Amino acid sequence: MKSFTYERAETPAQAAAAASKPGAKFLAGGTNLLDLMKLQIETPTHLIDIGRIGLDKIESMSNGGLRIGALVRNTDLAADPHVRADYGILSRALLAGASGQLRNKATTAGNLLQRTRCPYFYDTNQPCNKRSPGSGCSAIAGFSRQLAVIGGSDACIATHPSDMAVAMMALDAVIETVKPDGKTRLIPISEFYLLPGKTPHLETNLEKNELITFVVLPAPVGGTHVYHKVRDRASYAFALVSVGAILFKDGSGKIALGGVAPKPWRKPSAEKFIQSGAKGFTAKLLEGARPTNENAFKLTLVQRTIEGILTENRS
Amino acid sequence: MMENENGSGAITRREMLAGTAIAVTALAMTKVTGLEAVPSAPTVTPVESEGVSFSVNGKAVKLEMDTRTTLLDALREHLHLTGTKKGCDHGQCGACTVLVNGRRINSCLSLALQHQDDSITTIEGIGTPENLHPMQSAFIKHDGFQCGYCTPGQICSAVAVLEEIKAGMPSHVSAELKAPVAFSNAEFRERMSGNICRCGAYSNIAEAAAEVAGVQG
Repeated sequence: MKSFTYERAETPAQAAAAASKPGAKFLAGGTNLLDLMKLQIETPTHLIDIGRIGLDKIESMSNGGLRIGALVRNTDLAADPHVRADYGILSRALLAGASGQLRNKATTAGNLLQRTRCPYFYDTNQPCNKRSPGSGCSAIAGFSRQLAVIGGSDACIATHPSDMAVAMMALDAVIETVKPDGKTRLIPISEFYLLPGKTPHLETNLEKNELITFVVLPAPVGGTHVYHKVRDRASYAFALVSVGAILFKDGSGKIALGGVAPKPWRKPSAEKFIQSGAKGFTAKLLEGARPTNENAFKLTLVQRTIEGILTENRS
Repeated sequence: MMENENGSGAITRREMLAGTAIAVTALAMTKVTGLEAVPSAPTVTPVESEGVSFSVNGKAVKLEMDTRTTLLDALREHLHLTGTKKGCDHGQCGACTVLVNGRRINSCLSLALQHQDDSITTIEGIGTPENLHPMQSAFIKHDGFQCGYCTPGQICSAVAVLEEIKAGMPSHVSAELKAPVAFSNAEFRERMSGNICRCGAYSNIAEAAAEVAGVQG
């Protein structure tokens, strides 16, 4: 690990202002950042510990929605009575991710910002456009079983690893931030993540030093909430494919996918086809997919997983 | 390589190692000489230090150390509490599990500096050889380990899991999100998936935990 200076921030505004220091990075739970620092994939020269800036509460809003502090731990968010009652997809997605120890430490904002687990991103002996822009992509012609089938580019086919973000996408969450000058803004999660294109090292539309303060959930929409994760082990493994679904009695729904793209994958324009069945809907949802020989199975797996969820919901 | 004193001519392991060490030293010296010829400034970054205070097993401690020190290294290398083990050092194996304010975390993925004023419990604080925690006794009774390396992490984690179930926290295998949860083999195994045991003592660990939870395994 490269050496760094360290400071403990006390307020969100103070944290955002401190981030103007060159080489600065926010430290929340640290479960992903410290791992990447050990491997020198991340090399901040100054860490701003935001663990105690007061953003660890879940507030009910007057419109019936929830305002989740950026530092609420994954365990606490999954176990929150309001989340369990009205946003079951979110509890289920969180509980399907990581291990008990990691969920106790990992935060809501940190989960949104976690980096890909593409093995070539982690292997510093290999070219990787995300880690070292312009060096090339080892994954496209390499071991790509886990990697993206849609949304990738000739520069990168890494997947976004989060389960929580898939649920947030289906729930139309909004991300609230503060900038170093104190200005705040709201970013719908559908606009938050960037596709890799020619610049896979740019992953979100957060500006430099902009700090996530809250994730806002709209008022509960009802429906049946499901999160189905397909993986190589029964627990503590990243998704090959995951499907987060909110299904309504009239057969309509909101469905987002994990494990298939560089961001949680959702296409609201395709959702009118949910009522016509998994085959037609999946064809629209994954239109334009460019799988490799190793991961083409994911297209079938997505369709079958959705079929299973729709069938179970009908009965 | 020299002949043995016994004149057999065979090379002993010790001689082999000594010879290798000399060769490595020679190589390192060559490298240093080579570097001296290149007129580039060394890129050594200075060590940054900071102070932190927290309590470990009920005792207040104050440390001044390299900012990079993880909680795991602070416990083992600075406080000499070597019960907590370093397995993978990447949060994948769970050998480094400790309790912070009663909740289990991977101490390898946390900076010691993040724990100002926290209350940390390691395996040394769970029980002592004279006064074992019920989970420790149950691990012994049910052969919940073979080599023992993952055991401190398994025990810290198992103790926390029973508390999590008691507190009604749901898991991936809980059938209902809104209903109370109870200890079961499936619940325990899912919640322990962040603790790897390469000796494969899982069945016995689950039996030990079931006994402590007061149910038949």
